[in-house]
Amino acid sequence: MTPKTATRRPAGAKESRTALTREQLLEIYYYMRLTRTLEERLVNLYRQTKVVGGLFRSLGQEADAVGSAYALDRTKGDILSPLIRNLGSMLVQGALPTEIIKQYMAKGDSPTRGRELNIHYGDLVRGFIGQISHLGDMVPVMAGVTLSFKMRREDRVGLVYVGDGATSTGSFHEGINFAAVQRCPLVVIVENNGYAYSTPLSKQTAAKQMVDKAIGYGIVGEQADGNDVIATYEVTKRAVDRARAGEGVTLIELMTYRRKGHAEHDNQSYVPDGEIDRWATTNDPVDRYIRVLKEEYDVDVKELETIDARVAAEIDKATDEADAAPMPEPTDALVGIYADPPTEKPLWFREGVRAAVDVNERPSSWGTHDV
Amino acid sequence: MSEITFLEAIREGIAEEMERDKDVFCLGEDIGAYGGAFKVTEGLMAKFGESRVIDTPISEAAIVGAAAGAAHMGMKPVCEMQFIDFISCGYDMLTNYVATARYRAMLPCPMVVRGPSGGYVRGGPFHSQNPEAAFLHTPGLKIVYPATASDAKGLIKSAIRDEDCVLFFEHKYLYRRIKEEMPAGDHLTPIGKARTAREGRDVSIITYAATVWKSLEAAEQLEKEDGLSVEVIDLRSIAPMDDDAIIATVKKTNRVLIVHEDTRTGGVAGEITARINEFAFEWLDAPILRVTAADVPLPYSPPLEDYVLPQTNDIVKAARRLASY
Repeated sequence: MTPKTATRRPAGAKESRTALTREQLLEIYYYMRLTRTLEERLVNLYRQTKVVGGLFRSLGQEADAVGSAYALDRTKGDILSPLIRNLGSMLVQGALPTEIIKQYMAKGDSPTRGRELNIHYGDLVRGFIGQISHLGDMVPVMAGVTLSFKMRREDRVGLVYVGDGATSTGSFHEGINFAAVQRCPLVVIVENNGYAYSTPLSKQTAAKQMVDKAIGYGIVGEQADGNDVIATYEVTKRAVDRARAGEGVTLIELMTYRRKGHAEHDNQSYVPDGEIDRWATTNDPVDRYIRVLKEEYDVDVKELETIDARVAAEIDKATDEADAAPMPEPTDALVGIYADPPTEKPLWFREGVRAAVDVNERPSSWGTHDV
Repeated sequence: MSEITFLEAIREGIAEEMERDKDVFCLGEDIGAYGGAFKVTEGLMAKFGESRVIDTPISEAAIVGAAAGAAHMGMKPVCEMQFIDFISCGYDMLTNYVATARYRAMLPCPMVVRGPSGGYVRGGPFHSQNPEAAFLHTPGLKIVYPATASDAKGLIKSAIRDEDCVLFFEHKYLYRRIKEEMPAGDHLTPIGKARTAREGRDVSIITYAATVWKSLEAAEQLEKEDGLSVEVIDLRSIAPMDDDAIIATVKKTNRVLIVHEDTRTGGVAGEITARINEFAFEWLDAPILRVTAADVPLPYSPPLEDYVLPQTNDIVKAARRLASY
């Protein structure tokens, strides 16, 4: 039960060996590119005011989302619950760009029928459960999902993402402790991207590093370079394998950096000068991965350009489809709060105003004691 | 068949459902080997094993959250709050996550959160609460609060079978004080249906849980001393509320007294009053009155607790005032 702490690998060092095939490595590149290009498209749509709510970016964090999710086994029915900066993890599980764009555009045939925002949606069949905005709450939920795997002796694993900020919540603590005690097949990824909204890590915790928290829960802790997609995959794969083997929970700290603000409106005035540029120029996960693919796996630029073109075409098609999709019918807002009864009663004041005596049957002896 | 207590009726209901459906399981603090603080789950671990009667850390948010996750996957969790007062520690999970799951994410969340509630037991501010009003305001949750042993059994079984999250409040004053013979067979009480606890013509008392018994006492006294015929409606379910039963009794007696043990401001009585105003105003011959606890945290000392909580005599006085219109 001694927590293992891998040393963070400096940028530019030789990449880890991996059992991933060349085909899988290119698929990982596809998902990273899809994440980035899809978000760039969403920025355009946001500026055209076609995105109804806020827009949340994962620029610079694509590797940690894609690499970690890729370590799950989709043929076994593994399930993950993403955080707002894990669009890439959902795409790996089979979320479609058209769904994401419809969600942002609040369309009637979006996965949540216009009820929830952005990437807050899920699909149990494809293996992802939508988060809520209350940070840390998905840890207890995924503890329960994986508890059900254990109870039914299913060969399945769960993965839940939290940010550095969410580790301060009670739900995080209760959920990870519960899962640890129950030895649930759960992997908890703490994405340390330096900031929770505007709050730097130093104001979030007195711990030297997030991975140290594993010790207190009696679980395995590992740390890896979240901007190195192969390292991210490998560290998560080890945790997934342990979980599947019945060895319980792992806490993984992925070191990364949030290059955009909390959401598109955030001007990042709290970030020290030069910090964002430094990460962008020296530690961009997509640039780094392209270098690795070229230098270590002899991938040709043309192959990558073909993937880029495929991504662009898919996103164009998805955008057109989402743009043409209808907005929800207002009355759909009243359906489906319970399984039974299926429909809420309509609001009477929206049904037109009639005299109260016409609406409500009244006693024959109105005003007197009815006998 | 012999009589069993309110508490035993709940245990019997849970055991029958665990027997019937292997996906039903219990989780909570000290519920396994110890059988729970009040012994509601006593014997269940021995019968169904540790994996289906899970002793958890002191973590209400994790208990509720994990139940939600398991429920998504088709399990039927039954969570125990050791005292219902501690449900507030799982409030975020219940109101933000569980209650919204079906609506916002099409995720079913069939689960039960149950626990001992209510006062009249010298439990003080943190072992006597009635939290129903705090949850009535959250669409997506169901709330039941039985008053009789047979309803306790019938409603816990219905709650476990329900496709949504049901909060099941068990009045601890009733746990061992009332006994009843259980109806034969697979006894289910429908959620959302009130019960006429006593028929009457002159005044209606709408109530639920322990104050059903206080109201029945008051009704007898009023009949004896005033010749008043008092109807007592036991709501049984707070959400969904049985509007039809409420309107029917208003139309019958034209005078309504609402009694609950919870505090007054923002309480269930206010909601019932508003519904009567909207749907049956023309049938009223008197203002709707409330008998409730005073708006204070529930104090411990007997003279204080007795003064704060609704007593039979308070109900009698309020009913007389109504009858005088």
